[in-house]
Amino acid sequence: MSLNIGILSIQGDVQENLLSARAALNELDIDGKVTDVKTPEEISQLDGVIIPGGESTTIGQLSLVNGSLKVLKEKIENGMPVLGICAGMIMLSKTANDRIVGNTDQPLLDILDIKLERNSFGRQRESFEADVSMDSIDIPKFNGVFIRAPSISDVGSDIEVLSKFNERIVAVKKGNVIATSFHPELTEDISLHKYFINLVNASKN
Amino acid sequence: MLPLSGERHDAKGIISEKINSVDIKRGSTILKRGFAHMLKNGVVMDVTTVEQAQIAEEAGAVSVMVLDKLPSEVRKAGGVARTASIRIIEDIMNSVTIPVMAKCRIGHVTEALVLQETDVDMIDESEVLTPADELHHIWKWDFTTPVVNGARSLAEALRRIEEGASMIRTKGEPGTGNVAEAITHIKKVNDELRIIKAIYDSGDNQDLVRMAREFKVSYDIVEQTAKLGRLPVVNFAAGGIATPADAAYLMSLGCDGIFVGSGIFNANDAQERAKAIVLATTFWNESDKVKEAQKMIDERQSMLGLDVNTLELRMQDRGASS
Repeated sequence: MSLNIGILSIQGDVQENLLSARAALNELDIDGKVTDVKTPEEISQLDGVIIPGGESTTIGQLSLVNGSLKVLKEKIENGMPVLGICAGMIMLSKTANDRIVGNTDQPLLDILDIKLERNSFGRQRESFEADVSMDSIDIPKFNGVFIRAPSISDVGSDIEVLSKFNERIVAVKKGNVIATSFHPELTEDISLHKYFINLVNASKN
Repeated sequence: MLPLSGERHDAKGIISEKINSVDIKRGSTILKRGFAHMLKNGVVMDVTTVEQAQIAEEAGAVSVMVLDKLPSEVRKAGGVARTASIRIIEDIMNSVTIPVMAKCRIGHVTEALVLQETDVDMIDESEVLTPADELHHIWKWDFTTPVVNGARSLAEALRRIEEGASMIRTKGEPGTGNVAEAITHIKKVNDELRIIKAIYDSGDNQDLVRMAREFKVSYDIVEQTAKLGRLPVVNFAAGGIATPADAAYLMSLGCDGIFVGSGIFNANDAQERAKAIVLATTFWNESDKVKEAQKMIDERQSMLGLDVNTLELRMQDRGASS
């Protein structure tokens, strides 16, 4: 069965995820396509979705406006695999607090029971690259690109911690839902995208 | 994909340090250009107060740009326009969660350093302010904070990228509410990109060398750009955007996103207009959504606008010769 993978293209670094996901499909030799998706109709056809990096307030508000937020939530709750990156991790959370501003009442998908802090490592000047590891999914070394990144201080009992940096949780997994604080799509390393596509493949077949 | 590596070996903006004995790097090209990538398909709004910044955030802006006066007011006020009050920038940084940018004068290295020290998320070396140096722009490789520059042509854009700009925007003609110049500039950049791409595809390297000399940039950046067929960094439209239709049209010309200066907070329906411009930018290729966005604004509330042929001050000419 051919896989239909979408990159939510409301706002953010869609193109980079398209290329990483296509390279991953290619390398795994799995039959499928990767397209950018924006409308509820397009999202309803998907087998897996990536919510890219960007501004979570923008992605949340605009996906609420056109109805795609609702369809995304239904699909994910019914088991569709999702990879949420940075803003995507924020979108998947139940509540988002900003390090400076505090509680934000931005539209979210309300999927992951995590205690999340936005802009957790500071502003852009404090953005950084560092090696992270995700041993439980066989990715021992990965160049973590953290751009005004969020982090997680606590997780619900049903959530698996995939990676920590400096005592802060930066990657989590709950069933078919994966979220990272860092940006795999900005690097040449497609191992996380490959892991995600295998997850989509397993859930469909 | 747009190149995210390739920094200069002597770039002082890159900082290597350890956090709890773990090696980290700040200010690298992947982080600086990557930041701009996160703004794609979004709207950056000029603001002068906390209240305006909050309106922008609620409307779905991806970032705000703090100024002392909106470009149209700079135009009216005359005199020397400088970087905004640091206290206002900090107040805004403490009241919104989206990134905050601020402008410094062209060539004013210390104003840029002050903005970096203030921790703004991006610095705009901008022709809206009075240039501090007619001959030199800032050497942006020495900054950890990414810098965006204006350009009217491919030559200007590539010169700024060689100096270390992490993002480009068209100059347009700021503070006019007239989108004509922004359209001219993006079309000129696109035409020039088509020309160098055709030369690259033909394999005539000597002709690419000629283009590099004409542009006053290195052969390498011309070759890289020609091969990509687009600017090697994120490219937004700016200068004179006043309506949702203006924004959507510029997106259709291949811009990665939009800066709106005076167009929102100089209009009498700022709140609705901010939302409408974001809507039109996000859904620029769906004409029913653009119409819906255009319907949200009242043309009688749009800023009056200026004919660019009668201007006493053409901001776009600033910094063009260097």
